[in-house]
Amino acid sequence: MAASPDQMLQQITEAEADDSTRTKSLALVASKGGLDEVYPILIMASTAGALGWDTQVFCTFYGLDIVNKKRRSKMKVSALGNAASPPPINGVEMRVPAILGVLPGMNRAATWMMKKWMKDSRIPDIEEMWDICIESGVQFHACSTTMGVMKVDQDDIVDEASCLGAAAFLDFASRADLALFV
Amino acid sequence: MSTDIVADEVLDCTGLLCPIPVVKTSRAIKGIEVGQVLKMIATDPGAPPDMEAWSRQTGHDLIHQNSEDGRFNFWFRRTK
Repeated sequence: MAASPDQMLQQITEAEADDSTRTKSLALVASKGGLDEVYPILIMASTAGALGWDTQVFCTFYGLDIVNKKRRSKMKVSALGNAASPPPINGVEMRVPAILGVLPGMNRAATWMMKKWMKDSRIPDIEEMWDICIESGVQFHACSTTMGVMKVDQDDIVDEASCLGAAAFLDFASRADLALFV
Repeated sequence: MSTDIVADEVLDCTGLLCPIPVVKTSRAIKGIEVGQVLKMIATDPGAPPDMEAWSRQTGHDLIHQNSEDGRFNFWFRRTK
């Protein structure tokens, strides 16, 4: 018999009261590899870890760079194709015309700018964020298909990450409380 | 009275933004004994809802909080 709305509300309330006693879980798919795209992933993952959640991140396509020894510290912000791209002087509302994003050095400038903001705001850099995630118990997985397609060798993947396919990750995600795709 | 709460440990997260206050609080709570109190000070405007959520999720009691001069003070008791 279907539960009445009142019964459902009662169940939700009971479940919420039980919030801290059960270990929750987060399945996070990371498919992007830009500096501005990886920060939100690592912030979410480290926070979930700090909340005591079982947190697993599946690094696929460009997100594989998160677990790539050679590439993680070289992430960049693209100056092209971002309509919300930042003003060059923090807090000053002026825009660089989008077409200038094609000029040489613009990605480097955008990357430098974001790194500077993060540093000025005392947000840890990507390597430190990674360390915080690991310390918080976050588990990372390298997508085996991406490794094959992008010719990334197992030796290029950090020791903390395991190599998985989509089926294994979906198996975890199907039982997770929350699944997010970035 | 809030100021009468004796903290066994004080964690200053002044000037730090999400997720660092939450991460540091998680780390600091492991450094005190069950039943002891950790005081955390933050200036991140997101800290009050974040730390309430952290308390709910981890089960460590938020026994008191207040704000003064743009600072948010939280007192947590380690429960487990």
